[in-house]
Amino acid sequence: MGLLSDPNRRRALISLLTRLNAPICVVCYMAGVAWFMGLAFEPFTLRTYMSENAMGSTMVEERFPAGERALATGREFSAHKKKVGGMPVDWLVKTMQARGLEVFTQRFSRTLPFPDENKERYLVKGTNVYGILRAPRAPRTEALVLSAPCTPGDNNNQAVGLLLGLAQYFRNQVYWAKDIIFLVNEHDLIGMQAWLEGYHHTNTTGMDWSPLQGRGGSIQAALSLELSSDVITSLDLVLEGLNGQLPNLDLANLFYAFCQKIGVLCTIQGKLQRNDWDSVSGYSHSVQTMMLMVMKQASGRPWGDHGLFLRYHIEAATIKGINSFRQYKSDTTTIGRLLEGMYRKLNNLLERLHQSYFFYLMPSLSHFVSIGYYMPAFGLLAVILLTLIKSAPSQMSSPGVLSVLTPLVISHLTGVEVAVEHFPVSETEAVVLTAIAIYTAGLALPHNTHRLLSGEGTEQGWKVLKLVAVLYLAVLLGCTALINFSLGFILALTLVPVAAFVTPHVPKILSAFILVILSPACTLLFSVFFFQELQEMPVSFIDGWMLFLSVISQGILDHSLYGSLVYPLIALLVYPCWLLFWNILFWK
Amino acid sequence: MKILTFFSLFSTFLSANSINVEENAGQFFSSGHTNNWAVLVCTSRFWFNYRHVANTLSVYRSVKRLGIPDSHIVLMLADDMACNHRNPKPATVFSHKNMELNVYGDDVEVDYRGYEVTVENFLRVLTGRLPPSTPRSKRLLSDDRSNILIYLTGHGGNGFLKFQDSEEISNVELADAFEQMWQKRRYNELLFIIDTCQGASMYERFYSPNLMALASSQVGEDSLSHQPDLAIGVHLMDRYTFYLLEFLEDIHPASKANMKDLFKVCPKSQCVSTPGHRTDLFLRDPGSALITDFFGSVRKVEITMETINLTDLIKEAEQNPMNEKPQKVTYSYVDQLPVSEIIHQKPKQKDWHPPDGFILGLWTLILLVFFKTYGIKHLKHIF
Repeated sequence: MGLLSDPNRRRALISLLTRLNAPICVVCYMAGVAWFMGLAFEPFTLRTYMSENAMGSTMVEERFPAGERALATGREFSAHKKKVGGMPVDWLVKTMQARGLEVFTQRFSRTLPFPDENKERYLVKGTNVYGILRAPRAPRTEALVLSAPCTPGDNNNQAVGLLLGLAQYFRNQVYWAKDIIFLVNEHDLIGMQAWLEGYHHTNTTGMDWSPLQGRGGSIQAALSLELSSDVITSLDLVLEGLNGQLPNLDLANLFYAFCQKIGVLCTIQGKLQRNDWDSVSGYSHSVQTMMLMVMKQASGRPWGDHGLFLRYHIEAATIKGINSFRQYKSDTTTIGRLLEGMYRKLNNLLERLHQSYFFYLMPSLSHFVSIGYYMPAFGLLAVILLTLIKSAPSQMSSPGVLSVLTPLVISHLTGVEVAVEHFPVSETEAVVLTAIAIYTAGLALPHNTHRLLSGEGTEQGWKVLKLVAVLYLAVLLGCTALINFSLGFILALTLVPVAAFVTPHVPKILSAFILVILSPACTLLFSVFFFQELQEMPVSFIDGWMLFLSVISQGILDHSLYGSLVYPLIALLVYPCWLLFWNILFWK
Repeated sequence: MKILTFFSLFSTFLSANSINVEENAGQFFSSGHTNNWAVLVCTSRFWFNYRHVANTLSVYRSVKRLGIPDSHIVLMLADDMACNHRNPKPATVFSHKNMELNVYGDDVEVDYRGYEVTVENFLRVLTGRLPPSTPRSKRLLSDDRSNILIYLTGHGGNGFLKFQDSEEISNVELADAFEQMWQKRRYNELLFIIDTCQGASMYERFYSPNLMALASSQVGEDSLSHQPDLAIGVHLMDRYTFYLLEFLEDIHPASKANMKDLFKVCPKSQCVSTPGHRTDLFLRDPGSALITDFFGSVRKVEITMETINLTDLIKEAEQNPMNEKPQKVTYSYVDQLPVSEIIHQKPKQKDWHPPDGFILGLWTLILLVFFKTYGIKHLKHIF
């Protein structure tokens, strides 16, 4: 008889699993972490390559000449911006019309649930201005987007100038097969969300916007430009979008190919590429780059204006110009040529980018790790959960359903409390601290639960509860890892050990302390410090705590403004799951 | 008795020989072609396959220059590169970089365009099985004295050629189509050129006579493209056709270059792939086949300075009296596929066999000797 269908053998296998449970768990955990760390090791990664046939190689002649004129336009834009004290809508409309585009504007307004202290806004009103360059001979079925955000102060003037310069140059060419939309959005992500919702006739976030008068067909790809200096030393590519979604790898490949052709220094995560992968410092550099990407993806925030396009299946990326203290500088004409080359290649596309990977990690701009390679790291952690389920006793008397359900329900209610913010408060700190307060109050839950139950906890009760909790955690982490691998992996790293060792019989004080350390909130706190370390800007504890609070408030805001799912996930699902384990620990 | 047998033997031998002489005379007068056709097919669409259209149009230009008129060329282009939205120079298709040579021009006649280029249409053109409404320009109206040039280019693999990104033609189908053409007497000699990856696999299965085939690469090799043009942003030509074109530029209607020179076009050093050719089905020696036999339309013309008088007057037909009933004359079409003639026609023999009469005579002699020796009474043992 087969291995699993023979009851004797099965019992033997289960007893083996139960006996070796602890060693298996430890080994799997170590293997999972080691696999993850090994992903950044260069021989285990693949070089990036262009998968889309239609885009071919970088075989175009870039002839953009007008970098200086673009900078002059940028200075004009900056002057008008100062004069108006916001977005110079009339000047932009006039300039775009002078370049031969079809210009339209869109008004939008939104009241945030509470003031955003990072960007200092609460009642947001703005206007987006966009001009459409119609393809001279093609039907208006497809479009490409080039956008630059209009930010207050001295930022991004050169980006808008270059955008207008490119618009003028592109207008003189006959080889466009798709419409090109040049978009200047106000209030960065909020404006972009309003424009995208207006373009696609959806309204998911409750924003108030005027309908778009002009449209350009289905958008195939988009690039967002952030350029704040006249000359740059390097170009940084930002890929992470909303909910950890990434654009098709071909877009990154295209950018990298053109960087190499034109000779501009290109980075990802702001880190330069190194060639010494076999040295310790080289390897740690790759690990840092990969960990930065993992952190950014796990946060679920869009890290550039491009992040909101991904939801509509539009491949988009943000290109940031960085001016650091290096000798070799590239001027605006070079950046213009790079963008021209990229747009000519995107123009050749016949269908949306789909040949390359959608799920990947990049330890550097020229190497990537695909989902098939990084998923086993998570799989090894999930195996631990499965062995826990397997080693549950096969015969158990069904205890009172109430004793199991009660902690579940109360945990979820607490989670709901944290998620739903109907407090009429106007201070960010008040909201965030309220959230944390509810979170901490949940810690007192077990005592209340037992008081409710009038002390009926049986020995079997906690085992059933643990089984339910482990199953719940397994499903939750599995689903999260499929959508957002980084988030799933980080949660698994902390919650799987919790699930593995927690029983009512371990020493209470020590386990309680460990459980709090491994709770989602503390994981977030440590991640904040770690993230700052990776970016080589370490912070003190007070600053770190303030950053932690702002991260929570940003999470709530992201959810209400753009529909980010990280905050509801953690509040509604992950936190109650952790509370279940807390309940098990304090089972009487 | 012996003289009788000897005499009968001699007579049968003579009669057999006389049949032979007639056959020889017939063979002496039937050879050569009287008209030329070309079927030029580009099977790929999309902008990044610009080079396949440029290949086909270059061969079209050469073939026209050497004399084959548009009415005898069936040009099939699967996509319109000249009017593609991405073409920075609209209404042109260049075959040399820096835009030296525009092969599109203003007198291109495309017979099958866009989605009309399918495997079915291609095979129908070859075999002649087109619906009656098909115009003449879309038909291959060849006869048994036509030399046909067939040029295919696109993306191919081992044993197939891809049409339009959605279907394929296999080498077996192609060989069967040529056999149908042979049986319907639709060609005298056929030259087949293919410029795709693994092109040699397409002519592996040919089995009809009078076929010669050339391919740009062997099985397992890829055919490579020649040069990109940065202003247009695509590769302009494939290597094999580029060098084929250079070779054809030196050919003029009176040139005596033969097929052996064509086989030398694009050696491995220039083409990177190894071009191949197949001549075992071709009944003449390839060295005796001129390039212009297939690529041009060369007439054997004899110029005379004598004047010829047409002295007989043309008689008018007699007027029928009005009251006579018009005579009914039934007309009938000539049998287009004279099956009976084909079935009874003897195939051309390559090797020399002794004539049938001789063998008959030989066996009669053996039998007579046998019975002479052993007596007639043994006859019943045989029958």
